[in-house]
Amino acid sequence: MITLDCLGQRCPLPVIKLAKAIPGVPVGAVVRVLADDPAAANDIPAWCRMKGHEFVAGHGHQFDVRRVG
Amino acid sequence: MDYTGDPAAEPIYLDAASAAPLHPVAREALLASLTDGWADPSRLYAAGRRAQQLHEAATGVVAEILGVRADELTFWPSGTSAAQAAVLGGLAGRQRAGRTLVHSAIEHSAVLHAARTTEAAEVGVDRLGRLDLDAWGRAVSAPGVALASLISASHEVGTVQPVDAAAELCAEAGVPLFVDAAQTVGRSPVPQGWSLLSASAHKWGGPPGVGVLVVRKGVRWISPLPQDDLYRPRPAGAPDLPAIVAAAAALRAVVSQAQAEAVRLGALVDRIRDRVAATVPDVEIVGDPVRRLPHLVTFSCLYVDGEALLHALDRHGFAVSSGSSCTSSTLRPSHVLEAMGVLSHGNVRVSLHRDTTPEHVERFLAVLPGLVADIRKEAGL
Repeated sequence: MITLDCLGQRCPLPVIKLAKAIPGVPVGAVVRVLADDPAAANDIPAWCRMKGHEFVAGHGHQFDVRRVG
Repeated sequence: MDYTGDPAAEPIYLDAASAAPLHPVAREALLASLTDGWADPSRLYAAGRRAQQLHEAATGVVAEILGVRADELTFWPSGTSAAQAAVLGGLAGRQRAGRTLVHSAIEHSAVLHAARTTEAAEVGVDRLGRLDLDAWGRAVSAPGVALASLISASHEVGTVQPVDAAAELCAEAGVPLFVDAAQTVGRSPVPQGWSLLSASAHKWGGPPGVGVLVVRKGVRWISPLPQDDLYRPRPAGAPDLPAIVAAAAALRAVVSQAQAEAVRLGALVDRIRDRVAATVPDVEIVGDPVRRLPHLVTFSCLYVDGEALLHALDRHGFAVSSGSSCTSSTLRPSHVLEAMGVLSHGNVRVSLHRDTTPEHVERFLAVLPGLVADIRKEAGL
């Protein structure tokens, strides 16, 4: 699994990193984002919704996103 | 990034939801009552009686517009203090019923802070920012509810709340409802069925520092502050009478134009909603597209730092606000955007007022896409 370490980075940087990484993720695979900015828990699922990817789960500072299409 | 704002261009103020520019009628009334209304209205000599007359006249004007009795209405030092007094005094008056405050997830932060002084039951909203009425009905009919609090329309995203329906559910449960009407008084008709209501002159073109609190007859309200020897709810100390007189004058002026202004500003907001969606890629227009405040529109731009966008717009002369975490003192995203589950970064709130012209909106729409593109380019996108 690809893990993006965005700890200590302020939003929107974790979402930018995720967007840049997603073309390198195989369709159906999961990318894990580590982010402790308080906006990440809201903005990573919102990004998934806007971009048509699947938000798998979020626990604490860990967010899993599955690439769709 | 583009640092070449045009300093010669006229600044364009688009943040009426924070503070509407002072209405010219309010300026005149303020100056007149600084001369005429400075005395203590509770004194018995001629200057005091004159001040008392002005205070009663201002109270009467605002009460008539809100459709309440003059003795149900008091002026407070701000909309925030009026809202807090409504919540704290409403809770205290219902101690015997319980100590739970039911509130929507998108209340003003002053109400949320007041909620932390007691038990609170939060009711969510949907993606468009509309109250979940089923959950509201369940929450207000639970045991131990002292008070319910609902904002009339979101100051952050403009979604108008179903106050009449929420009030009916409160009435069925025997729970008094407080409505924070800061964004709607002076713009749209006052809803029905509530027990307490607050408003803010700053939002309708009055001066800052005038809040309004209405406590309907028969509603138990106990002051959260040590009281004067007066029978009505009121803040401590002398009122800022010139500001109150100006606030009442401004309200009378804006209410007479409210319908026409709602149509005019609503069309400009439609234009912003359509053009931003068409000219800015990866943007989310936030809030209810239909049941919304006529003068306010909010959108979030993916991959954009809200603070950077605010500063870039400021350099071009545009004053707007943002619910992004980087622009807040707490460094947390707006609780309203979080409750809706919409993108919180790159967030911009534009709110129009009586001086806003189509040319202002066109200038904003011409500048915005380039600024967003510059910030994204800097981020390597």
